[in-house]
Amino acid sequence: MKAKVYVTLKSGVLDPQGKAIQHSVELLGYGGIADVRQGKYFEVALEETDEARARETAERMAKDVLSNPVIEDYRVEIEA
Amino acid sequence: MKFGVIVFPGSNCDHDAYHVISKHVGQPVDFIWHRDTDLSTYDAVIIPGGFSYGDYLRAGALASFSPVMASVKEFAAQGRLVLGICNGFQILCEAGLLPGALIRNRDLHFVCRHVHVRVETVDTPFTGELRKGEVLHLPVAHAEGNYVCDDETFAELEREGRVVFRYCDERGETNPESNPNGSRSAIAGICSRGRNVLGLMPHPERACEDLLGSSDGRDIFRSLAATLAARA
Repeated sequence: MKAKVYVTLKSGVLDPQGKAIQHSVELLGYGGIADVRQGKYFEVALEETDEARARETAERMAKDVLSNPVIEDYRVEIEA
Repeated sequence: MKFGVIVFPGSNCDHDAYHVISKHVGQPVDFIWHRDTDLSTYDAVIIPGGFSYGDYLRAGALASFSPVMASVKEFAAQGRLVLGICNGFQILCEAGLLPGALIRNRDLHFVCRHVHVRVETVDTPFTGELRKGEVLHLPVAHAEGNYVCDDETFAELEREGRVVFRYCDERGETNPESNPNGSRSAIAGICSRGRNVLGLMPHPERACEDLLGSSDGRDIFRSLAATLAARA
């Protein structure tokens, strides 16, 4: 199974990189950009074949390692 | 009293810390490799600055999972002294030994210059030889030094007097210009609830000789040594 893990900054946390990206995008002429937030994306190949167990492992990995719960949220998707 | 300086792949201020302990504090000190786990002979450990694991994932994150950090958690739980400098502060936050997190600097730049910090409390094992309100001139060198925490944590830090250093100007005033990274409430260093774990972004170990532009960092190591001498 493949786990796709999305890690994003919590809504209250300032994202200076997102702000810089937004600035560049606007310089290139893109209008109507309200906000840009930068995050991280992980693909984890799991040998597990049971979806529930794969999800459990990936959720735990996302919580303990891939994200820092002080500043980040995560979301896990499992694919066969 | 015996000191240990922990070395991760990518640590680069380990020799500075070692030098300060051996030369200025005048006490025995060992390097401790990140795979070692026996800290039983040490009274204090220093987690030095650098770029452990290349800052992959998040600054300090991968180092916080290394075998030695499990031992550092036990060491801290016994009330023994842990000093994390720069990347060491980031590692302590990632390891959960200190609250909050250090994110990308407000202005995105890697900030590498001398700053002023104000001593907010002398009630720690690391600041006993300083004066409250005293202004120290110390170098910073980091891209992720912007201290963040939730409101509840911030209130707790303030209530318990655990903000140890704040960025300020040379007169000791805090203002946006003297805050090099956008840290919440100009926080430059905090201690644990037990007060035996200190993390700070500035580098006192690089400010122990006048030749290097400042020797203000020596008082922090002097305080640490005085605490250990009193405990012995």
